[in-house]
Amino acid sequence: MNVLIYLMPIALLLGLGGLAAFFWAMRSGQFEDLDGDAARILFEDDETAPHRRV
Amino acid sequence: MTLAADHGRLETARALPVETVDGANRIMLAIDGISCSACVQRIERALNAEPDVVAARVNFTTRRLALTWKGAPGRAADFIERLSDMGFTARPFDAGALSTADAARDRHLLRAMGIAGFAAGNVMWLAIAVWAGVFEDMGPATRSLLNWTQALIALPAIAYSGMTFFASAWAAVRGGHVNMDVPISIGVILAAGMSLVQTVVGAPEVYFDAAISLVFLLLVGRYLDHRARGRARAAAAHLLSLAVTHVTRIADGGRIEQVALEQVAPGDQIIVAAGSRVPVDGMVFAGRSALDTSSLTGESVPADVGIGDRVFAGTMNLGAALTVEATAIGPDTVLAEVVRCMEAAEQGRARYVVLADHLARLYAPVVHSLAALTFLGWWLWPVGAPWTVALLNAVAVLIITCPCALAIAVPAVQVAASGRLFKRGILMKSATALERLATIDTVVFDKTGTLTEGRPELVDGTFPAGLADLAAGIAAASRHPLAEALRRARPQAGAITDVTEKPGDGLEAVIEGRTFRLGRRDFAAPGVAEVDDGCAEMWLGGDDIAPLRFAFRDRPRGDAAAVVADLRRHHRVILLSGDRAPAVAALAEALGITEWRAACRPAEKVAAIEDLKASGAKVLMVGDGINDAPSLAAADASMAPSAAADISRTTADVLFQGAGLDAVTATLAVARRSQVLVRQNLGLSLVYNVTLVPLAILGLVTPLLAAVAMSASSLTVILNALRLGRAGKVAAQ
Repeated sequence: MNVLIYLMPIALLLGLGGLAAFFWAMRSGQFEDLDGDAARILFEDDETAPHRRV
Repeated sequence: MTLAADHGRLETARALPVETVDGANRIMLAIDGISCSACVQRIERALNAEPDVVAARVNFTTRRLALTWKGAPGRAADFIERLSDMGFTARPFDAGALSTADAARDRHLLRAMGIAGFAAGNVMWLAIAVWAGVFEDMGPATRSLLNWTQALIALPAIAYSGMTFFASAWAAVRGGHVNMDVPISIGVILAAGMSLVQTVVGAPEVYFDAAISLVFLLLVGRYLDHRARGRARAAAAHLLSLAVTHVTRIADGGRIEQVALEQVAPGDQIIVAAGSRVPVDGMVFAGRSALDTSSLTGESVPADVGIGDRVFAGTMNLGAALTVEATAIGPDTVLAEVVRCMEAAEQGRARYVVLADHLARLYAPVVHSLAALTFLGWWLWPVGAPWTVALLNAVAVLIITCPCALAIAVPAVQVAASGRLFKRGILMKSATALERLATIDTVVFDKTGTLTEGRPELVDGTFPAGLADLAAGIAAASRHPLAEALRRARPQAGAITDVTEKPGDGLEAVIEGRTFRLGRRDFAAPGVAEVDDGCAEMWLGGDDIAPLRFAFRDRPRGDAAAVVADLRRHHRVILLSGDRAPAVAALAEALGITEWRAACRPAEKVAAIEDLKASGAKVLMVGDGINDAPSLAAADASMAPSAAADISRTTADVLFQGAGLDAVTATLAVARRSQVLVRQNLGLSLVYNVTLVPLAILGLVTPLLAAVAMSASSLTVILNALRLGRAGKVAAQ
C-alpha cells in the first residue's frame, strides 16, 4: 500500500490542474457565449482578418 | 403601442453611450431579431465590411453586439441605422451601469461550482477506495489516511461552496421562517461535522462524499437557474439606463439650457424635440404636433395638439418640436400616479410562496422531530444504547433526509422549461412565474400594441395609382409614422426630393411647377368635410386634383385570431382597452372576443382584474403600455412584448419577442407541463425519503447506501425534468 504515498498526490495534482484550467477558461470568457461559439466553427472564414474577442 | 418603431430616432437624438479609449470607440448594443447563428454571421460580416470598424462581435447567448471602430464617435448612429436596414433593432445600453451585481453573482456561482466539482470528484475516488475496503481487507491505517485526505479536500470546499446555501438559510431563519436551504444546510453541516468526528476517532463511517456531491449538484442547479433568468433580466434592463434625465429649458432671456429633470419647476418652458418623450405634464405654449399617447391611454390614433392643449409625461412627440409649459413634475405627473398604482398592486404578489418553500415549511419540522425521536429511541427507550450510537443514528436520519432531490426537483424543471421558452424568444424573468402561469384560467389582453401591431397601416382602398405613388414619394421625406406607413404600402414609388416639411401640418412638394400638399385635412385639403371613422388620416391635395384621403388603422397581429381561438377552448378571454369603443368593438369582433371593455383608465383595468381574482379566477394579463403596468402587477401572472414600455417590461414576469402572439399559448403549455413534472419530481424524491428514512431510524444506513441513494435520486429527478415533450415547441413545418 506504500504506493499510495505518491499515487495520491499525483492524482490530486492532476485534479488541481483541471481546476486551474477551469478557472483560466472562466477568466478568459469561454463561458460568455455558449450558444454562439458552438455555431461559429461552421462559419466560413472571411478575407478580412479574423477578429479577436475584445 | 410599441415604441420599437421610434427607437432609431430616439437614439440618434440622444447621446449614445460610446466609450472612447486611444481613438477607438466602443459601444455595446442589445439586438432584437437575432433568431439563429446565421444572423450572427450576417451582422458581423456586414459591420466588419464597413470602413473604420475594428471589431464587431455578437454574443449569441445574450444577443449583444460589441462594436469597436476608429474615427468619429458619432458614427454609432450610422451603424444602428445599418442594422435597422438589415432588419435588426439595435438598442444601446451601458454595460458598466447594468447588471454588474448579476455578473458578480454569476461568476461567484461558477467558481463555487468549479471548486465543489473538483472536491466531489476527488473525494469520490477516495470514498470508493474505502467502500472497496469493506469487502476486502484494508488496514485501519490506510483507511484513516484515505479519510483524512477526504476531510482535507471536502471541508474547505464545503465551507466555500456551501456558503450560498448557508447564507440563504441563515437569512431565512433570522427572518423567522424556513426555506429549502435550511434543511439542506443542516444536512450538509451535520454530515461534514459527523464525518470529521468519525475521522478523528478513527471510525469507519464517513459521509464526506455525500455532503460534497450534494453541494455540487445543488450548485449546478442554482447556476443554470440563475443564468437562465439572468438573460431575461438583462433583456428587460436594456433600456432602463436610458431614461430621460435631461431636458431642454428656455431660461430667462430666451437662452436655451440643458438641465436635470429634477431642476424643472412648474411654470418653466421646456422644448420637446420631435421623436422624444414629453418629460413633464404641461400645456403647449408654442408649436403644433402629433403626440403618440398610446402608452398612456391605449389610443392608437396619434393625437393632434396645438397651443393651449394639455400634454402628459410619457407620451411621445411624433411631429415637430413643441414648447411646453410645465404644470406638474416628477411625482405629481399622471405617469408617476400610474407607477404608484403599479407598486401598490405589486405588493399582493410578493406574498406568493413558491411550492418548494411551502413544502420546506412542512418538511423541516417532520424531519427534525423524526431525528429527535430516533435519538431518544436509541438512547432511552426501547433500545437503551450508548448516547454516541444514538447520536450517530439521529444524524444519519438527518443526512438521509437532506432534501437533495427535493431541492433539485423544482430548479431542474425550471431550467428545462425556461431553456425551451428562450429558444422561442420568450424570456422568463421571475422564478415563480411558471408555477403561477400553470394555474391560469383567464387571459386578459390589452389592445394597442398587444393584440395589434401598434403601428398604423394603410387601410386598403382604391386609389388612383399615379396619385398614391405621388403621395408615397412625398412621404419619403418624413419620418412621421403615417408617412412611413404610406411608404411601406407603396414601396415601389420613387422618392420625390423637392419637399419641404411644414411642422405640425405636413409636407409640401413642387413638381413641374405644380404644388402638392400631403398632411392634415385643413392643410392639404381645406374645405373638405371631415370623415369620422376613428381612423388616422392623411390627405393629398394640390393644384387641379381632387383631394384624396388615406386612412390608417392599427392592424391586429397576424396570428392574433388563431391564438385567441386557441385560448378560448380552455380559458376565458377578455379584452380591456383604453381606446375608444368603436375601435375596440371592431377588433373584438374580428378576433372573436366576446367580453371586452373600452375606455378603461389604468385604475379601472386594475379594478377589473381584482374583481376577476376576487371571483376566484387566476388571471394572466398580457399588455405593453405604461397604462398596463399596474394591471400587469395586479394579475396573477403577466406577459409583455419585448417592445413594451420600460415600466411594463420591468413589471412583467415573461417577455416575448417577435411579431406573433403564439408566445402566450406556448408559455401556458410549457408552464402546465412543467408543473406536472415538478409534482412528479417532488413525488419521486418523497418516495426515496419514505423508503430510506425507516432504514436510517433503524441504524442500517451506511455511507455507501447514502451516497448511492442520493446520487440516484438526484439523477432520476434531473432526467425526469427533461421530459418536457412537445410542450411549447414550434409546430412541425
